Amino acid sequence: MSLISFENVVKEFDGRKVLDGLTFSIEAGEVFAIVGPSGTGKSVTLKHIVRLLTPDSGRVMVDGVNVSDCSSRQLRAIRRRVGYLFQGGALLAWMTVEENVALPLKECDCLPDAQIDRRVAEALAAVELADAAEKYPAEISGGMQKRAGLARAIVRESDVVLYDEPTSGLDPVTSVTINRLIKKLNKTLGITSVVVTHDLQGALAFADRILLLKDGKAVECSTPADFVASDNPDVKEFLSAMKGEMQ
Amino acid sequence: MAFVHEVGRTTRVMFASVCAFPTVFRSRDSRADFGVQLYKTGIGTLPVVTVVSLFTGMILALQVGLELRRFNQEIYLGAAVMITLIREMAPFSCGMCLAACVGSAIAAELGTMKVNDEIDALEIMSISPVRFLAAPRILALVVMAPLLAFFCCAIGTLGGGIVGATQLGVNFEQYMSSAMSMAEVKDLMVGLLKALIFGLVIGTVSVAQGMGTSLGATGVGRATQRSVVVSFLMILMLGYMVTRVFYR
Repeated sequence: MSLISFENVVKEFDGRKVLDGLTFSIEAGEVFAIVGPSGTGKSVTLKHIVRLLTPDSGRVMVDGVNVSDCSSRQLRAIRRRVGYLFQGGALLAWMTVEENVALPLKECDCLPDAQIDRRVAEALAAVELADAAEKYPAEISGGMQKRAGLARAIVRESDVVLYDEPTSGLDPVTSVTINRLIKKLNKTLGITSVVVTHDLQGALAFADRILLLKDGKAVECSTPADFVASDNPDVKEFLSAMKGEMQ
Repeated sequence: MAFVHEVGRTTRVMFASVCAFPTVFRSRDSRADFGVQLYKTGIGTLPVVTVVSLFTGMILALQVGLELRRFNQEIYLGAAVMITLIREMAPFSCGMCLAACVGSAIAAELGTMKVNDEIDALEIMSISPVRFLAAPRILALVVMAPLLAFFCCAIGTLGGGIVGATQLGVNFEQYMSSAMSMAEVKDLMVGLLKALIFGLVIGTVSVAQGMGTSLGATGVGRATQRSVVVSFLMILMLGYMVTRVFYR
């Protein structure tokens, strides 16, 4: 059984179909990249996994539970297992990096202070951000904010992390650092990673499988090698557009 | 239809927040956050409330005093100013100050958090935004509004006394004696109740507008503007309704 599966999911906003019968599945332990042109429903897809959005029809299953139709207790259990890295990091401005990372442990898990301190230090070390623990989000760079957001996503020892455009707005060097981090967390902690990205080059380097979305539909889902060699005209069009953009 | 949806959403926010009030005192961190909100709401608005209430009392004293002088009834100046302030003007002007200073700030802060995905991030961490963000802000307004209204009444009465003594020839002691003789406990209680209701409404409207923000920076601006306009209208309408209930 797949860890996450989308079964014929349809989602409309103001009469416009953003997801149109989307079907695919993600296996436990893999790094799964979702790519595609802007406005094809990549972030919307990610939000369905943790019920920030619910489908108009179809099902989203996480570990055998229908997320769009489960009880609030089941939803809490699913969200407990899932970390989410938002585009801007979504850190609370009035808290330091350390306090932001400790927030879910303090508010939900009610752990003793010593254990919270240890887990926060481990999470910050994992994203190479131990030096910035005492700083406020406004005092650190965009890349550091994303890494702090990632530390908060993994601090509860989540086994799935959803990344929404983890490298958007970052310089190439920082983008490589973030991509390396995604792969490292997958290898060392066995975290299943679902990455929505525009960075095709990065996706080809770190993903186990790549899904191409177009007009809310899955047009290709394959390994990076098969993706590059695909005869699918939509994949070829996307690859050539990306190549042109890079040049 | 959108109006009904908005009213329903705001009502839900109010009930959920009131139910979450006890959690504000649950942990050291939440108590500290509540303290910050009390400070922002009470101490932060004190300069504005002081100026507004002082001049409200002075204007009232001048307008009423000039009319009373025509009938040689200046001795009732204190009573007239006190009754007007304690029953209506103190909670009203305090509510307006809170809506403009605190309500707008809450709507803008939560609206910015919404468009920056911070509220979604809280939900994914299973931290209720209503408990974590709304309850301490609304409770701080509920606690501080009656205290500020009382302060407003005291400063306004003082302002009226200054105008009476300096421009209308009313002895300050006589003014205060007249003011205290007419003020009843019921007037004070109704005035404080009004302020408490205004605090609850301003907090709820501002939180609901902030949390319902969409469309980026434009949406934040719109939510802030709406929170102030809706709060002003609610203060006027509820002010009349409470008066109607207690003074027939």
